[in-house]
Amino acid sequence: MTRTIAPGTASETRLAWMLAAPALAVIVLVALGPILWTFWESLHLHDLRMPWLGRPFIGVANYAEVLRDVRFWSALGHTTVFVVTSVSVELSLGLVLAILLDRITRARGLVRTAVLVPWALPTVVAALIWRFMVESSSNWLSDPVMAWVPLVLADAWKTTPFVAILLLAGLQTIDRSLYEAAQVDGATAWRQFTAITLPLLRPALLVAALFRILDAFRVFDLVFVLTGGGPGTATEPIALYTFATLLQHLQFGLGAALSMIVFALAFIIALAAIRLFGGRAFLERAA
Amino acid sequence: MWVVVGVVLVPLYWTLVASLTPENRLFGTPSLLPGRLVLDHYRALFEARDFWIPIRNSLVVAGLTTLLSVTLGSACAYALARMAFPGKTLTLALVLAVSMFPQISIVSPLYLVLREVGLLNTYPGLVLPYMTFAMPLTIWLLVGFFRQLPADLEEAAFMDGAGRLRTIWEVVLPISAPGLATAAILTFLYSWNEFLFALSFAMGPERYTVPVAIALFRGQYQVPWGEILAAAMVASVPVAVIILVAQRRIVSGLTAGAVKG
Repeated sequence: MTRTIAPGTASETRLAWMLAAPALAVIVLVALGPILWTFWESLHLHDLRMPWLGRPFIGVANYAEVLRDVRFWSALGHTTVFVVTSVSVELSLGLVLAILLDRITRARGLVRTAVLVPWALPTVVAALIWRFMVESSSNWLSDPVMAWVPLVLADAWKTTPFVAILLLAGLQTIDRSLYEAAQVDGATAWRQFTAITLPLLRPALLVAALFRILDAFRVFDLVFVLTGGGPGTATEPIALYTFATLLQHLQFGLGAALSMIVFALAFIIALAAIRLFGGRAFLERAA
Repeated sequence: MWVVVGVVLVPLYWTLVASLTPENRLFGTPSLLPGRLVLDHYRALFEARDFWIPIRNSLVVAGLTTLLSVTLGSACAYALARMAFPGKTLTLALVLAVSMFPQISIVSPLYLVLREVGLLNTYPGLVLPYMTFAMPLTIWLLVGFFRQLPADLEEAAFMDGAGRLRTIWEVVLPISAPGLATAAILTFLYSWNEFLFALSFAMGPERYTVPVAIALFRGQYQVPWGEILAAAMVASVPVAVIILVAQRRIVSGLTAGAVKG
């Protein structure tokens, strides 16, 4: 918990707010204000191609249009498929990688540096590398099903190291004597893994899963560069469809409704995860 | 283990070799053993395409973003970590919530505002939107850092009659370099890699950042793969250097439980 060193006087409170205010003002200006504006915009007809229409209030008509839109539902479906496959691949591979990283004794720094490089690369670069490798050796990108393979592979290549680093930190908090005791009791390696490692790694797994799910849910760069959402719209996720509605078709009202739906879904995912984790524990652990 | 490292690094090696291979042999049988290597693509990148422009843009935008968010964010983080004031828990929750915002959901109002005030296609027009992820990231990391600093030093300073501000300036700041460095490195990395905002708010090639420039490379007749891959290698150099120099700090920052992938 926080330790307040000086007595909590009025001048102390004022100083705290003075220190916090500039950063908070920036956050309100660039994030909170805009999200409220997105909501307001989503209730209006606003088409930048037809400025003479003005910006009339139309209630929930934009939302109704989105919900009737086939392309929206398939984009949502694509996003779900991508989240489920990529996050499960990344968590399993990340766990294996973390256990390997935990075991090695020599050249730890070097190995960690090597596996961190893909994580730190711009997503655009990772996407181009994989697009080149796939294009130079197959026709997958013109196949609506196979086009998913490089998307998931590239995402796994780039983000598994991140998952592994988070899980490695979790592994290192496990008390080694538990394994020694299990060995004395004659438990197999697999039994030790399921009875000790997995349960004690649960918090780290949950945090990694939350971050990865939220990130995969808003996937944009990777798809924009690797498949462009294609062939056709076969791999188009929700963020890409929203972007196209806003900045290519210039339908700002409709795009704002899509944006609010993305926002609400992300919010629900985060709340669900935090509830699973325990809200207070989450805040205290994180801060 | 070395197999894993190999698998991780093969795509990068492939890219490096391809970026040095003449265009007409690029799509031949992929071979891990390079044949004749040429620097043509790199030369074309910097001479014909003037790739210095996006590099400069990225450095300026990522640099300013880092500077601004670490300066303002560290003050805020110190207050949140060490001082008691009403509304503190709410503020922490707010910062956490904003760090989970999907960028796409605020693209439209930011676009309209930036257009209104004439900041589309300018550096501030990218730095301000970048604050949406940089500021929560910095605050979050530094709150964690300040909390685990030993409080004795500050207590001693108070005993000696130093005020809060003087204590921060003379006692806390000098021992905060590791935390500030970690926050700065991660903020810089995220800003260097950012794509969606840069794609939306930088309208012309003279303001493209590196990721946007690479993603929008077009050739006259076909995809200029040689140059694209050379550019990809160039974009990776600063990142690789940062990782080499600061691997330990990055790992500690990531495992503070605060950073999104």
